[in-house]
Amino acid sequence: MSSGTATLRPPLVTGDKTISDVTNDICAPMARKPTALWWAAFGLSFTALIVGVAAVWYQIATGIGTWGLNKTVGWAFDITNFVFWVGIGHAGTLISAVLFLFRQKWRTAVNRSAEAMTLFAVMCAGIFPLIHMGRPWLAFWMMPYPNTRGPLWVNFKSPLLWDVFAISTYLAISAVFWYVGLLPDLATIRDRSEPGWRKRITSILCLGWNGSARTWLRYETVYLLLAGLATPLVFSVHTIVSMDFATAVIPGWHTTIFPPYFVAGAIFSGLAMVLTLMIIARKVMQLEDYITMTHIDRMCKLMMSMGCIVGLAYGTEFFTAFYSGNGYEQFVFKNRALGPFAWAYWTMVSCNVVIPQLLWSKKLRSTLPVVFVIVILVNVGMWFERFVIIVTSLHRDFLPSSWADYAPTWIEIATFVGSFGLFFTCFLIFCRIAPVIAIAEIKGAAHLKKRPSAESSSKEKAA
Amino acid sequence: MSDRVLLATFEHEDDLLAATDAVRRGGFEIVDAFTPYAVHGLERAMGLRPSRLTWVCFLCGMTGALGMLWFEHWTASIDWQLDVGGKPWNSLPSDVPVAFEAAVLLAGFGSVFALFAVSRLFPGKQPQIIDPRITDDRFVLVIDEANAAFDAAAVRSMLQEFHVLAVEERVTTPGGELQ
Repeated sequence: MSSGTATLRPPLVTGDKTISDVTNDICAPMARKPTALWWAAFGLSFTALIVGVAAVWYQIATGIGTWGLNKTVGWAFDITNFVFWVGIGHAGTLISAVLFLFRQKWRTAVNRSAEAMTLFAVMCAGIFPLIHMGRPWLAFWMMPYPNTRGPLWVNFKSPLLWDVFAISTYLAISAVFWYVGLLPDLATIRDRSEPGWRKRITSILCLGWNGSARTWLRYETVYLLLAGLATPLVFSVHTIVSMDFATAVIPGWHTTIFPPYFVAGAIFSGLAMVLTLMIIARKVMQLEDYITMTHIDRMCKLMMSMGCIVGLAYGTEFFTAFYSGNGYEQFVFKNRALGPFAWAYWTMVSCNVVIPQLLWSKKLRSTLPVVFVIVILVNVGMWFERFVIIVTSLHRDFLPSSWADYAPTWIEIATFVGSFGLFFTCFLIFCRIAPVIAIAEIKGAAHLKKRPSAESSSKEKAA
Repeated sequence: MSDRVLLATFEHEDDLLAATDAVRRGGFEIVDAFTPYAVHGLERAMGLRPSRLTWVCFLCGMTGALGMLWFEHWTASIDWQLDVGGKPWNSLPSDVPVAFEAAVLLAGFGSVFALFAVSRLFPGKQPQIIDPRITDDRFVLVIDEANAAFDAAAVRSMLQEFHVLAVEERVTTPGGELQ
């Protein structure tokens, strides 16, 4: 990049850094002892995780009759949480793969932690359908393996089975993408660590990386290939999740708008979660020079545009119901907006469509407390979106005599809290043991100072 | 490659790129370069051919897609014909999502493992670390001294033009590893 463009675009890394400063700044938090704030956050997350483990233990031992489900509302909290967590994961892949293909260099400051977020969110998501099976020790029945029952194969025509393949592929590819991205940085940690356990572990994990240009060329090729594979993958995953609903004949679910609507919603909620984590991480880990206000600003814009797409989908759904002339469809949508769950519906609309409109203002986008409140509300709103889609479509079905209400039991709430515990425990550990910013990528993208200042190079010569 | 090489250390990618270009134009053979990050344009300066790993990715992806399509067809319409809501046993559209996932899975893992194999990256490998700062902020160009006419002094003075930090001669082991 010539210096001419540098004046047009704000620098990716502020604070007049050299290449070596970047390595030092990003590796420093790993060598320091954890702060009191980290311990407090870890304690809280770990407690939540313990609560979740206890709840999962209890409901598996007792059976999922411990949930608030009934004959009419057969899917509710559990599937809401599943879709919520899968959606969170999608922004990580958007940032690491889609923005890579679009050559958005600013992604280098956030892609590592966004990918970690994807990994942990998909792990959290996977837990819910496993529990929902009731007998999770038979989960391997979802795999098509030769068995003594025929062999009776799995039903490849079922979207629920497509989901099994989509989510497990997504988890595997996200993990590989993340690990391949980590290789050069693990070598950096190896080379700067004193002999000891850290050096030994990173030597094994970096697979003997030595920075050869030939390896870099192949590495870049594979990274591009993985980005190219992950991009359609991420769209396929939430498309398939939406088909869990769209291929059913339930009014409110049986609609062709679901795949794009779900994908946009997923990326929207994921960006909100990335922003939540970034705003905290840059402060706690003193990475303000890397995750700059420009990054926050761009992610806010992306999030707002996704929010508008989601808003458009809400409107389109209503219009389709009205225009279809289908009485059942119309009833479901009237019931959503005015029925017993209207409070959930209007929470969703205000958090996802109305409040993000504040981000049109540059002043508000650059006021961190405001952005933080907005992203938290979007997280809440997107959870309610899945709750509204699932529960309001089910609780008043074709037969008024079977209409029912739904309220979660404390077991379901504890499981949800536990999934947050798992997510944040994993994320906090990740912040301690791995570089939260892709060191090698940001060095290549940021066009740092040409040469260290005169005094530092003279110091080097003297040494 | 002879058993003697010249290592030239640089501080900035632009210097490395310019020096690589000049050394190659000067008729010297470049063994390799070592950099902290992927320096774009270095492969052109070094005259490296584009990686063929894309083919591995393509073949693995095709294997995944076609293999899974065949497997879905075989399980649902040949081995145990499964009537689901009166749909045809051999309906192709419903086989597409899983076949796509299998393609992505195999293509992704295939290209990553091919990368590891071709670049000889494996756990427990003892790499030749020419300079520990290569993974921090140093760029090292390795030039072969094979040519009988190789004039170390001339190369040194040529490299000075590109703000070279240090020039060092090293001998490689019979296995070709740098010491």
